[in-house]
Amino acid sequence: MTKIKSLADLKLKKEECEKRLNLREKSNEPEKFIRVKVGMATSGIASGAKVVMDYLIEELDKRGIDALVTQTGDMGYCYAEPTIEVKRPGEDPIVFGYVDTKKADEIIEKYLKNGELVEGIIPVNYESIDE
Amino acid sequence: MAQQIKMHLLVCGGMGCRASESDSIQANLENELRLHGLENESKVVATGCFGYCEKGPIVKVHPDNTFYVQVKPGDAKEIVEEHVIKGRKVERLLYTDPKNKENVSDSKHIGFYRKQIRIALRNCGIIDPENIDEYLARDGYQALGKVLSEMTPENAIKIIKDSGLRGRGGGGFPTGLKWEITRKSVSEKKYVVCNADEGDPGAFMDRSVLEGDPHVVLEAMAICGFAIGADAGLIYIRAEYPLAIHRLKIAIQQAREYGLLGNDVFGTGFNFDVELRYGAGAFVCGEETALIHSMEGSRGEPTFKPPFPSVEGYLGKPTNVNNVETFANIPPIINKGSRWFAAIGTERSKGTKVFALAGKINNVGLIEVPMGTTLREVIFEIGGGIKDGKKFKAVQTGGPSGGCLTEKHLDIPIEYDTLIAAGSMMGSGGMIVMDEDDCMVSVAKYYLDFTVEESCGKCSPCRIGNKRLHEILETITKGEGTMEDLSKLKNLSNVIKDTSLCGLGQTSPNPVLSTMDNFWDEYISHVVDKKCTSGVCKSLMCYVVIPDNCVGCTACARNCPVNCISGERKQVHYIDQSTCIKCGTCLDKCKFNAIEIV
Repeated sequence: MTKIKSLADLKLKKEECEKRLNLREKSNEPEKFIRVKVGMATSGIASGAKVVMDYLIEELDKRGIDALVTQTGDMGYCYAEPTIEVKRPGEDPIVFGYVDTKKADEIIEKYLKNGELVEGIIPVNYESIDE
Repeated sequence: MAQQIKMHLLVCGGMGCRASESDSIQANLENELRLHGLENESKVVATGCFGYCEKGPIVKVHPDNTFYVQVKPGDAKEIVEEHVIKGRKVERLLYTDPKNKENVSDSKHIGFYRKQIRIALRNCGIIDPENIDEYLARDGYQALGKVLSEMTPENAIKIIKDSGLRGRGGGGFPTGLKWEITRKSVSEKKYVVCNADEGDPGAFMDRSVLEGDPHVVLEAMAICGFAIGADAGLIYIRAEYPLAIHRLKIAIQQAREYGLLGNDVFGTGFNFDVELRYGAGAFVCGEETALIHSMEGSRGEPTFKPPFPSVEGYLGKPTNVNNVETFANIPPIINKGSRWFAAIGTERSKGTKVFALAGKINNVGLIEVPMGTTLREVIFEIGGGIKDGKKFKAVQTGGPSGGCLTEKHLDIPIEYDTLIAAGSMMGSGGMIVMDEDDCMVSVAKYYLDFTVEESCGKCSPCRIGNKRLHEILETITKGEGTMEDLSKLKNLSNVIKDTSLCGLGQTSPNPVLSTMDNFWDEYISHVVDKKCTSGVCKSLMCYVVIPDNCVGCTACARNCPVNCISGERKQVHYIDQSTCIKCGTCLDKCKFNAIEIV
């Protein structure tokens, strides 16, 4: 792996990483690319996030939906674990709580495919320092 | 394929809004949509708590983010006919900015959502913690690059000092000052230590940061290393956090591969690397001298300060110990400047604090609020209030070293100094909420259970004193306490506070003292009336038969596991108190409400 040897290097690398993360959104077929993040901290895993993540990866593949499923840390909504965040291209991300495989199925069929929201949404209630 | 849904009406389904008929609002909206034949284009969805219970019920329109407050079931028609059909916002239901009296429609501009600002948690739940590229994409290691390429160690320390950042592990010592003292200690070898020995019951802030954003700690430790003149970093983490350890190991590996840890970082000649040290999960090892001894392979026992670790720490070398959350604040401060950070919070407590909300609260979880936020805002707005609509009784902050605060303290701003003045402390950020069903004497006993278990045994006030405190509390909860016990409890508490060697003993009587201060009447009712009003202390409860209600069905007697209930069929039964184990089976089994607890 190439080492980052200076601040200028790091800035280039940041741009590259940022681009790679956004690549899917800005591709030629933006409607196809969806990002799903699964809250995989201890509290999430203890509530079954791992099963949900495996299910999502497998099912999205089976159903031919081109989505990127990644893990992430604790979103803070421990009362509603497992939690997942779904970002459809060009839209604000939506967080769903209490996601088991049944709920995941509903989210894939309704929200991922058609943009139809389902119950279990957790409204974002904080301000980010990055905007 | 089903018709595309174009608009969603999100109705808050949180406890507070449910109580104000949000389910009728939902039903009415659905009905109106059907009446207008819109059910295939627009959809009503119940959501989790918006956290804005004060202005509930909330209806939010997606995707245009219109935020309606204090909606009544009767408003459904207007929302559908005006907003959904004609695309006109219903002005009278919009949120009004209290300052300029203007209607705000987009929820992103409502002041309420500034109640939580995420600095330490900014990447938690956003990035993949096992992929350094995602951290880099969000300005990762920029602060380190900036410090190494553009600053002197003194500049970096000055920024941290000017920001007003204070230690987030509980003590609240100014971080910049700690760095400066360690910098000034002369030695050819120095260490940066990250204290990840999170031990307060109910606290999981540090674990979440390490699991969700491990690189931020590595980056901050390297910045600290540059500032104080250290080339080695150690993270002391409890072995009970396997996932955090796993992710830290990956992060260290990735940072080394990119050359962000190791020799000649950014080509500046600066060397820094990080290693992990595992703790066995002793609470006292959160105390910095005990932590250092544990890392050295000795018993995890504290030693007298001075010398402070900044002068003589790990292996006798100057060592700077900071907590995980403190470190998580460092890169944003470097990137955005001390002024930016100092503008958040209050005069004496800057920035934000992460809290782990637990106990009898609806939205159990992690929150991050600016210093100066009130307990009321945290519990009733962000936390969504008390479970099952029960009455708030107390909130415990600061873990076993803190105290219980009550109704009258709800409006004090959360700051290091105000919490201490109120008889508790900031602590590392555990916040346990209690309702009317909690017995405060038992709560104090619970914390003493913990400190007795966790006392290292080195000094006698803590080792013996806490044990005696626990015994007295045990006596009181059994109904055998006297008024003399109460005065002993208080005196002994003060002696332990004054004479213990380290922070553990000096603070362990706090839960006792604060519950005695705030809930004296509960102690009195345990001691004088021999009653536990919350019905928690089993020894003080009696299950008795209400003769007027008892029909003599024998259900209680047949199910009693110790056969202490006697009585003939169709006659009033009797519970023998001397053999009753207070299991509550009779109460559950009785269909005639003929058993009560007195």
